[in-house]
Amino acid sequence: MSLPNSERLAELLATIPYARFLGMTAELAGEQMTAILPFSPHLVGNIMLPALHGGVLGAFMEMTALTQLSLREPQRRRPRTIDIAIDYLRPGRALTTYARADVRKVGRRIANVQVEAWQETRASPVAALRGHFMLSAPDSPLFGEGE
Amino acid sequence: MTLEPKALAELGARMAQGTPQSVALGLRLVSVEPGDAAMVVPYRADLVGDPATGVLAGGVLTTLLDHVCGLAVASAAPALTSTATLDLRIDYMRAAEPGKDITARARCYRLTRAIGFVRASAFENDEDNPVATAQAAFVLGGAMPRGAGA
Repeated sequence: MSLPNSERLAELLATIPYARFLGMTAELAGEQMTAILPFSPHLVGNIMLPALHGGVLGAFMEMTALTQLSLREPQRRRPRTIDIAIDYLRPGRALTTYARADVRKVGRRIANVQVEAWQETRASPVAALRGHFMLSAPDSPLFGEGE
Repeated sequence: MTLEPKALAELGARMAQGTPQSVALGLRLVSVEPGDAAMVVPYRADLVGDPATGVLAGGVLTTLLDHVCGLAVASAAPALTSTATLDLRIDYMRAAEPGKDITARARCYRLTRAIGFVRASAFENDEDNPVATAQAAFVLGGAMPRGAGA
């Protein structure tokens, strides 16, 4: 809790093996996190274009949502995914991909998060995700946030 | 009209070994029939999402499900075609068991000239006790080819 957010963020990502597998990093500006997925050949799903694997884009956005939630709710255990819905808007090209999560609601147990991923400009997103995530109950349900 | 067995086998092999991401995850083909496909992702420590539990990251299942759904759609088509995911919805019923390989099986239940509709589930051993289920729509050989399943 005493660590600055940027250090907690780096520590959080470093402890997740799959985040390292993707090569994902993140930057913080105040409360707002931007997740960064540098292009790497092992992320390609179509060698002809080439294009990032759609699953990788979905995974990156899900990790973005989970990480943003962990930052925002440091007193709780790691959130768990209940469901996600991914829309694919454009092929993910062989470029760095960015993502930001918009936490629309945090209840006592469940959070609703929207994520958008883009490459060259934010106005042309490559994919979007909406998800529900289960949070561990705050220490005391009596003093937790209302649902 | 469906794909010849030889074309189906080619397609299955291409999906397992033909993309860098499927190779990086170690995806293996289990079976492919027209409109019905199964693949496995072997458990690996470097694919874990929560080191406290050793459970595979949800993103690994997302990629596996996307991939096998794409294969089911491509295998249902009357001729070899590229597919691109339009949307993919995944429900996580429970955590995957640490240390276990995950199989995903997808069935393309409806195919139009342009779109394939597909359902899938991911499980350790028992398809009726899934870790996650998925529902997706794919566009066939469209203007945004992202490659079969990708």
